[in-house]
Amino acid sequence: MKESVVKNFPVLVLLFVACGLFTVSGCNQSLPGHAHNGSENGLSGKLTITGSSTVAPLVGEIAKRFEENNPAVRVDVQSGGSGKGIADARQRIVNIGMASRDLKPDEDGLIAHRIAADGVGLIVNQSNQVNELTESQVVGLYTGRYKNWKELGGADLPVIVVHKAEGRATLEVFLKHFRLTNPQVKADVIVGDNEHGVKTVANTKGAIGYVSIGTAEADIEIGHPIRLLPLRGVAASSENVANGSYPMSRFLNLVMPSQSDSDLEREFVNYCQSEDVHDIVVTQYFVPIDD
Amino acid sequence: MTSLSRNTLYRLTINFFLNLTTRCSALVACAVVCVILLFLLRESLPALSDISLARFATDSSWYPLSNQFNLIPMLTATLLTTVGAILLAGPLGLASAIFSTFYAPRPIAILYQRLVELLAGIPSVVLGLWGLVVLAPILARFGGSGQNLLTATLVLAIMILPTVALGSYVALRAVPGSLITGGAALGMNRWAIARKIAVPAAKSGIKTSMMLAISRAIGETMAVLMVAGNVAELPKSLFAPVRTTTANIVLEMGYASSSHRSVLFLTGLILLSSVVVIVFISEVVTRRNDDA
Repeated sequence: MKESVVKNFPVLVLLFVACGLFTVSGCNQSLPGHAHNGSENGLSGKLTITGSSTVAPLVGEIAKRFEENNPAVRVDVQSGGSGKGIADARQRIVNIGMASRDLKPDEDGLIAHRIAADGVGLIVNQSNQVNELTESQVVGLYTGRYKNWKELGGADLPVIVVHKAEGRATLEVFLKHFRLTNPQVKADVIVGDNEHGVKTVANTKGAIGYVSIGTAEADIEIGHPIRLLPLRGVAASSENVANGSYPMSRFLNLVMPSQSDSDLEREFVNYCQSEDVHDIVVTQYFVPIDD
Repeated sequence: MTSLSRNTLYRLTINFFLNLTTRCSALVACAVVCVILLFLLRESLPALSDISLARFATDSSWYPLSNQFNLIPMLTATLLTTVGAILLAGPLGLASAIFSTFYAPRPIAILYQRLVELLAGIPSVVLGLWGLVVLAPILARFGGSGQNLLTATLVLAIMILPTVALGSYVALRAVPGSLITGGAALGMNRWAIARKIAVPAAKSGIKTSMMLAISRAIGETMAVLMVAGNVAELPKSLFAPVRTTTANIVLEMGYASSSHRSVLFLTGLILLSSVVVIVFISEVVTRRNDDA
């Protein structure tokens, strides 16, 4: 046995090196091909889209349907964050970028096309007697100033603050709205996704959390014992997100250069904004917008 | 003569191909581990070169977006949940194996073993969901949300229990019958046979099963993520939330970029290395027992 190991040693070393080369070469991604106009009977070509991980699943679903309608078109959707999407679109590395925020003033040369809205709603357990919280009360709850619901006129229950993991899109919207930084928040539970947040609040009487309004509405409909709290007197509902009156919300955008000469890019953005995809927007727990 | 040589030739060919295929599959298995190790090393290199190692222990907390990378709370959580789980599941699993080998009547032993196998087959996500909606509300009566160190340890213990139970059962069954009957001939009762003869004879197998269970506990992610509370701070009590290293990777990898991402890969490398150490220890333990 020992001898054969010794005999095979050079082979093992070679293999090891080969593996190394393989992993290193694996990261060289091929650059996306450029879109072009195809034959008269329809669109053809390839679209590459990168950006926000919040928008990516939605655009991915829309892209699937777009490909079904236009068999000669390939759409490649990758996530990587809003910043990457905008940077890639500016440098023309990709055809379209996805961003879950509006463009900053210095990000010129691009146009943002809104395809859906996303609202973040505060949720509490259904048994909680508190019906509305002021913004400073919410800040107080999340920074540990209030430890018990009776300080806010509720039952004698300890407050359980449900927070999200750093980097989540809903967390960014929440922190930005309440002008908090993440280290200021004193969380009792940190959840991964919206469903985890809803289940935690539904099972904990003194819990307060925040999730995407679309998810919360869908879960309330199937009977989860949670309640959405209004913010600044505006009810947290899909309608109020769509008409822009609900404050803690944002738009999901597709960004592309202001001078796009590609029919395929324009056609895809128009399709994402059309009523044909509103059902997909709703199933992804976002709010369709009409403009 | 011809028929004999043809037969020999045939056997030689078969041998050659068997040799080739087994070597190839061994090489593939070996290569997969090497590829993963190299990949982890490559991805965590930026973190190792940009951030001094001491900062992983001395930074004030874990806020990767504010450039604070203290890994101690997560590593502690992984250590605590793993040690707690093996302390619970180890004795229970061994007891379960002793029960079905020496105490249970044959039909019940068979049925019981099938049940343990079924427990081993429950997907960890299902256990996590059970922990989240059943166990956590019960433990919430002791204060807090019920998603804490204790809940995570309990769920983890249930998960690794079958690994210990099945491994120890196999090891106990492999003890030569002559040893057992010899003990019985000396007038030993069941408990004495199990404790003084069978368990010492099956020691290396039992230890290996514990080591396997520990590596499984270190790597478990989803079930723990759902019930641990995931606050990246050192726990002050059993009812404080903890975030394990694996949960940290799952929670943040999708959104991490640059040095944050690299640190997450580094934690993956740390986990893999600790499993390597455990495998190595169990190898040494088994070998020493075999020599003795």
